Amino acid sequence: MSTYRVRGKGRVDASKPIVFTFDGKPYTGLKGDTVASALLSHGVHLMGRSFKYHRPRGAIAAGSEEPNALIGTRRSAGRFEPNTRATVQEIWEGLETNSQNKFPSLKWDVGAVNDAAYMMFSAGFYYKTFMWPRSFWDKVYEPFIRAAAGLGVSPTEHDPDTYASRNLYCDLLIVGAGPAGIAAAREAAGKGLSVVLVDENAEMGGSILSEPQAKIEGKTSWDWLSDELADLKAAGVKLMTRTTAIGYYHENLIALVEKLTDHLPTLPADTPRERMWRVRAKQVVLAQGALEKPLVFHGNDRPGVMLAGSAQTYLHRYGVKVGNSPVVVTSHDSAWYAAFDLQDAGAYVQAIVDTRAQVRQDLQAEARSRGIPVKLSHTVTATGGRLRVNNVRVNPLSGTNVGAGQWIKCDALLMSGGWTPSLHLFSHTKGSLAWDDDLTTFLPKDTPEDCVITGASRGLWGTEAALRDGATRVGEALAKLGVEATATEYTVADDRTGSGVMMRELPTDRSPGKAKAFVDYQNDVTAKDLRLAVREGMRSIEHVKRYTTNGMATDQGKMSNINGLNIAADALGKKQPQVGLTTFRPPYTPTTFGAFAGYHRGEHFEVVRKTQIDAWAETQGAVFEPVGQWRRARYFPKAGETMDQAVTRECAATRASVGIFDASTLGKIEVVGPDAAEFVNRMYTNPFLKLAPGKCRYGLLLGDDGFIRDDGVIARVDENRFHVTTTTGGAARVLNMMEDYLQTEWPDLNVWLTSTTEQWSTVALNGPNAAKLLAPFVEGIELTEEAFPHMSCVNCTVAGYPARLWRVSFTGEVGFEINVAAPYGRDLWEKLWEAGQQYDITPYGTETMHVLRAEKGYIIVGQDTDGTVTPADAGMDWAVGKKKDDFVGMRGLKRPDLVAENRKQLVGLLTEDNSWLEEGAQIVFDPKQPVPMTMRGHVTSSYNQGTTGRPIALAVIEGGHSKMGETVYIPMPDRTIAAKITGTVFYDPENSRLKI
Amino acid sequence: MIQIHCPYCGETLPELEFAYAGEAHIDRPESPSAQTDEEWAEFLFMRQNVKGPHFERWRHLHGCGRFFNAVRNTITDRFYITYKAGEPRPDLATLLEEDNK
Ligand SMILES: [Zn+2]
Repeated sequence: MSTYRVRGKGRVDASKPIVFTFDGKPYTGLKGDTVASALLSHGVHLMGRSFKYHRPRGAIAAGSEEPNALIGTRRSAGRFEPNTRATVQEIWEGLETNSQNKFPSLKWDVGAVNDAAYMMFSAGFYYKTFMWPRSFWDKVYEPFIRAAAGLGVSPTEHDPDTYASRNLYCDLLIVGAGPAGIAAAREAAGKGLSVVLVDENAEMGGSILSEPQAKIEGKTSWDWLSDELADLKAAGVKLMTRTTAIGYYHENLIALVEKLTDHLPTLPADTPRERMWRVRAKQVVLAQGALEKPLVFHGNDRPGVMLAGSAQTYLHRYGVKVGNSPVVVTSHDSAWYAAFDLQDAGAYVQAIVDTRAQVRQDLQAEARSRGIPVKLSHTVTATGGRLRVNNVRVNPLSGTNVGAGQWIKCDALLMSGGWTPSLHLFSHTKGSLAWDDDLTTFLPKDTPEDCVITGASRGLWGTEAALRDGATRVGEALAKLGVEATATEYTVADDRTGSGVMMRELPTDRSPGKAKAFVDYQNDVTAKDLRLAVREGMRSIEHVKRYTTNGMATDQGKMSNINGLNIAADALGKKQPQVGLTTFRPPYTPTTFGAFAGYHRGEHFEVVRKTQIDAWAETQGAVFEPVGQWRRARYFPKAGETMDQAVTRECAATRASVGIFDASTLGKIEVVGPDAAEFVNRMYTNPFLKLAPGKCRYGLLLGDDGFIRDDGVIARVDENRFHVTTTTGGAARVLNMMEDYLQTEWPDLNVWLTSTTEQWSTVALNGPNAAKLLAPFVEGIELTEEAFPHMSCVNCTVAGYPARLWRVSFTGEVGFEINVAAPYGRDLWEKLWEAGQQYDITPYGTETMHVLRAEKGYIIVGQDTDGTVTPADAGMDWAVGKKKDDFVGMRGLKRPDLVAENRKQLVGLLTEDNSWLEEGAQIVFDPKQPVPMTMRGHVTSSYNQGTTGRPIALAVIEGGHSKMGETVYIPMPDRTIAAKITGTVFYDPENSRLKI
Repeated sequence: MIQIHCPYCGETLPELEFAYAGEAHIDRPESPSAQTDEEWAEFLFMRQNVKGPHFERWRHLHGCGRFFNAVRNTITDRFYITYKAGEPRPDLATLLEEDNK
């Protein structure tokens, strides 16, 4: 048995030894140990290095509030996690753990030179140190910041674990299974309510686990606890351990993270590592307890310096003495019990140092009876020891005078600055807090949520008080649930109650300016930093926090917020509530990305929408690109082809014979009803009232501000039915906008809107042979210029399928779009593909589609427009109905700014040296002007794979329409490119190719 | 996550089903062409940006699809009421008084 293990103490199983490693060295612990308790049982206090100064650090606490003892844990490939709290991680056979922030070793660390340079890294050092000289950035500052950024090391491998999420609805959720939480659950149990009791620890019981001496209702506290938990379970209360309430959100939505496997030696099959519960509770009881405050003095971070209450937890819960010759320093009664218990467990307590002059007589008598030296009115001014505390400097206090120091040898220093109610979740509810002068702490006041807070979380002390309060306070919640409460009156013998005084930094006879008295251990913030921040002008605690980083560590200020506030308030000469408390935010404890992501990983991260023809494109080796949520074929490379080569070939083949294109992703909205024509006419700029059934028209959609929002071809299927198409990415937005106008501005119109995007498969054929290829498949219409001219639509049969056949073109070639019921799309496509072989039919993707349309000057909304482009800017005044009374955007187009001179207008660009322009490149008029130059526009589209034999580009340029033939310049990092402004149509300006 | 009562469905459902749709009770003028530039700019751009109870529109996007109106406190996210589009603007003082009870 290891040296510091105490036989007969603790809840660990002495018959079940477990071997794990720490920095490669094997250690034996017992089942039930955490990494911290197991290491402490071997006298190992040094567990890590601090983040900024690389100071040696050990566990200061025994629970999830631990700021120092952060370790890396590893199970197998991919299962590495940095910054695990050693005080929470349970050991299992084979667990590998490692210390962090050390180089080359934990005991001898190079980064500790930062510690020697302490004065340089004081408050606000991030803001000051890296200001100058500028040349230091690359070589000095950035590498330093990168090396120092973050704790531990990120995992590099894919996480093989799975994470689950669930919803849970219950009547009553109780957070915290200490005495108050258990008493609350007891009142609610067996009354027909669904009750959930959660606790972040492996075992329920909270402080009871560390207080075996107490007798509750005549039983030992541990017997009472196990009986009570069994009863609750039998009564149907859902008990959840290793489950942390990480956040309290609106309307009693609480997020719980349940850890399912981190404590297991072998991973059970099909079990997620963690499960995120979204609990919607009708009523909530918060019973999170209180956290012990460290004392602030020079050297309070040395390994072996620890919270007194945590030492008690190590003793009673894990059977571990944290030292054989500890010294206790305190301003609160509770630490006296730690001294007594350790002495009774075989340690020799060297002294109880209490800053107070008056301490309860019974405590002093207990100390005397055990032979423990007591030093009242004393302070601690320093500690010694390199990697572990080995002595402590104690000085007498008289008034504000600090007397001569005396060194006392020790192997642990246990401190207590009193207790802070845990108000994290209460604060998440936007609950208000009230400062309590007696307890020198904030207490919970009002909350807008259906929630009560009980026990040590509201400043009560002692098991009996917590039990009674839990039983009483839950009554409010039960009453709202329509259940009468009884408020059991518990009786506890050998209860430990007490009180204390608040200390800021402990008084010292040394220069406080040189003291390394830590307030935020994890971020290495000292009392001196806080005072410096105030001297440098920080007035609000929020500013002090950000300037010093106090409370910004992953412990969320659990250790540091109140001490930081007390010191800042003192430095400002104000009362604490006037300085304010920083806001607690979720999550309560560090939470894995996996828990948040849940099932939404890999292919489940986002929906991928695929058309009916997508699988065909895949078999043809298409390269895909995401467009909105759609996966679209971008191009169809033949063996050895680059994208440019493939697109050039696809473009040429389409213009030469026929290309086939999957247009199914276009948004489609069916507009139906007696007022359908009126509605479409009001929404779009173009006139639609007189569009005859069987005809298509291009439609331009504006916002009421006059800017282009979307476009698409609209077919009048019959008198009261329009088939509207939208851009692929704009479908949902357009439907939302249409619904908005229809429902809220024109509810008198008798119209129905239905999204039909996924109901149709749309196959586009383009090219001089398109009609020849398609004609044999079509029944019901002759594909001649006379019978079916450009911009016609008809209901007919294609390849035996009922179809809406359109004669439209987005390429400048003869074009058809065949809409059939979605499931028939693949078959139709394959039939056309087969028959098309005689015409060398070529499938093309979105890239070729973009090139072909750009050659014709057809815009793509969102690429050539950016939300500030009007129809006139885009050269599309022809699309705006001149005789309409109103349409969305009509009044907007007359706004002064939209009719002003010199707006950016869409034009073509041809580079003088035939080079290709980058999309997004900025355009200037005078290339010789000094930097920063006046930018006059930018390139919106640019291609060099087309049929014109040279690169073409579209651009928006100030006053572009009146600058035809002028030269503009595009400055690039390596050179400046000259380009001539042209019209936007680069190919077949007479539209002769649209004729069959 | 907030829960929102859809006045059309008559059910209180998670916020995820809904989409915010800007300030409520801003009517598009009957004859936009008759509007002065100032009036049209007022309609297009000027909004209250309230700190506190705010009249606003929501859409039950992943439900019935209807737009409706609500009074929500922008500080606390509390919904005092939701009501159908076209119904009159409720009296704020009365709403707040009822909420206090
Ligand atoms: Zn609804």
